Amino acid sequence: MSPIHDQTYRRYAGHREPPGKTWAVIAWAGIRNMLTKRAFLGLLIFAWVPFLVRAVQFYVAANYPQVSQIIAPNAATFRDFVSQQGTFAFFITIYVGAGLIASDRRANALQIYLSKPIRRVEYIGGKLATLLFFLLGVTLLPALLLLLIQISFAANIGILRAHPFLPASIVLATLIQTLVMSCTMLALSSLSNSPRYVAILYTGAIFFTTAIFGALAAITGGTRVAWISITSNVSQVTDAVFRQAPGYQSPWQVSLLVILGLIAISVSVLERRVKGVEVVS
Amino acid sequence: MIPAEAGTSAVVLDRVTVAYGKNRALQEVSAVFPRGAVGLLGPNGAGKSTMLKSLLGFIKPSAGSMRVLGLDVASQPLEIRARLGYMPENDAHIPGMNAVTFVAYCAQLAGLPQADAMQRAHEVLYYVGLGEARYRNVETYSTGMKQRIKLAQALVHDPDLLFLDEPTNGMDPKGREEMLELVRDIAHNKGISLILSSHLLPDVEYTCDHVVVMDKGRVATYGSIDELKGPAGRVYEVRIKGELHKFIAALEAQGIECHETDEDIMRVFVPASHAAGEARRVFELAAAQGVQVRHLRPSLPTLEDVFAKAIGEA
Repeated sequence: MSPIHDQTYRRYAGHREPPGKTWAVIAWAGIRNMLTKRAFLGLLIFAWVPFLVRAVQFYVAANYPQVSQIIAPNAATFRDFVSQQGTFAFFITIYVGAGLIASDRRANALQIYLSKPIRRVEYIGGKLATLLFFLLGVTLLPALLLLLIQISFAANIGILRAHPFLPASIVLATLIQTLVMSCTMLALSSLSNSPRYVAILYTGAIFFTTAIFGALAAITGGTRVAWISITSNVSQVTDAVFRQAPGYQSPWQVSLLVILGLIAISVSVLERRVKGVEVVS
Repeated sequence: MIPAEAGTSAVVLDRVTVAYGKNRALQEVSAVFPRGAVGLLGPNGAGKSTMLKSLLGFIKPSAGSMRVLGLDVASQPLEIRARLGYMPENDAHIPGMNAVTFVAYCAQLAGLPQADAMQRAHEVLYYVGLGEARYRNVETYSTGMKQRIKLAQALVHDPDLLFLDEPTNGMDPKGREEMLELVRDIAHNKGISLILSSHLLPDVEYTCDHVVVMDKGRVATYGSIDELKGPAGRVYEVRIKGELHKFIAALEAQGIECHETDEDIMRVFVPASHAAGEARRVFELAAAQGVQVRHLRPSLPTLEDVFAKAIGEA
C-alpha cells in the first residue's frame, strides 16, 4: 500500500452553530453564485431603468408646476410601477429560479444537503430566500425608494397624506407578486433535473393560462374568468391592494384565493419532492 | 433481540422493516454495529444502501426502531446528522463550486463558522489528496477525484461516525489502494467510527474489524471478522474429476460444507469435529463415490468464505 498523502487531519473542537440558521448559509451561497454571472448583473441593472425614468418624472413633476397636473405621482403611479417591474421579475424568476432545485437534483446534491443537520424546510427556505432577494430587489426596493424620492423632491409628505396606505400597499403587493412567482418556480424546479425544461414549463404556465383567459374573454365578451390567468390574478389583487378600480370583472377575493391555492399547491409539491432519496415503488 | 453491548454501540437496529410498496427492502432487521470499522456486506439489492438511508432519516421504516450513537433516529435526526458524515454511492456535489468552496460550504451547512469551515476545508482536502486540485471546479474532476471529494465533504465537520457507501466505486487500482488506506487510517488512527457498505470483500477485509452480512433484506450474519473466519475447522481447495454434484452431496452428508468457486476448484470446509484425519476423509469419500481428487491443498479461511457461508445459509 502506498503512504497516506498528508497526515493533516485533526479533530475539530471549535464552535458549532445550533441547527436552524442554515437557510441563511444556503441563501447567501445562492446569491453569491448569481452575482458572479455577468449576464445576470446586466439584467439586474436593466431592471432598474424604469426606476430612473420614474425618478426623472417625479423630479419634473416636483419642479415644473406646468406639467405637474399631468405627471404628478399618485397611488396609480406606484401601482403601475409595481406592475411594470413584474416583467423584469418574470425574467429574474426564470434566470435564478429554474436551476435552484433542478440543478441540485441533477448533481444529486439533495442527499449532500439532507445528510447535514438541516431540515427540509431550511433547504427550501434558503432557496426561496435566494429568489426573493433578487425579486424584491427589483420590485419592493425600487418602489420604496421611489416613494422616498418623491417625498424628498416634493419636500413634503403630501403623497402620504393623500394616500396613507401607500407604503403598506407597496410592501403587500410586491410580496404577493414575488411570493407567487417564487413558490411556483421552486415547485416546478423540484419536478425536474433540467433547469431549461423548468424555464420552459414556467413560461408555458404563465402564457398558457393567459392565452386561455384571453380566448375565453373573447368568447364570453367579459373578463369574469380572469381568475384562470396567473398574471391576471396578481394584477387584480394588486389593484385591490392599491385601492384602484379593478381591471377585470372577477372579484379580487377569488383571485386572492387562487393565488393562495397556487402557493399551497407549490408548498405541497416541494414537500413531496425535496427528499434525500427518491423512492420509486 | 438486541444484545447487552448495544448501549456502547455506534448503531443499533431493532426489528426494522422498510418497504417500497409491496417490496420489503429490510425485513425485521436487528443488528448492532460496534464502534470502530464495520463492513456492511451483501450482494446488490441486499438492503445495504436502504439501511444507511434509513439511518440518515431519508427513509422512514414502517416498523422497528433505530439508534445512532445512542440517539433515536426518529426523534433526534438533526442531532445525529450533526455527528455523522455520509459519503453517498453515486456522484454528488453542489453545482457551480470549486472543491474548496464546496467542502467549506458543507462544513457551514453542518454548523461550522465561516472561517473555521474554510480552514477545515483546506486541511481535509489535503488529507484526502486533493490539495493541489482544490481550486478546480468539482464538475471537472475525474471519477477517483469525485470519490475523494465526497469523502472530504463527509469528514469536514469532524463527525464521530462515517457512512461510506461503496467508496472505491469506479477507482483505478492505485486510487483504490489510497482510498482504502485513508479509510483504514480514519477508523484506526483518527478515532472516527465508520460503516463501510460494499460488495467488494477485499475492501472490507482490509479496512474493517467487524462485518454485518446482509442478504435479501435480512442480516445473514454479523460479528468480528476474525471470529467469523474462526478456527472452527479447516479449509481445503479441492479439484476433482468425476461427478461433482454426487461428490458434494456425499461430503455434505458427512457434515462437510462445500462451495463452488468461479474456477473448477471448490472450497471444502471440514468442521473441527472431523479434524483428525480430515484430508484422508475427503480422499475416502472421493474413492467411495468413484471420483479422482486431482488437487487438494490446505487454505486459509477468508471473508469470502464467511460471506459464501452466510449467503448460503440465509
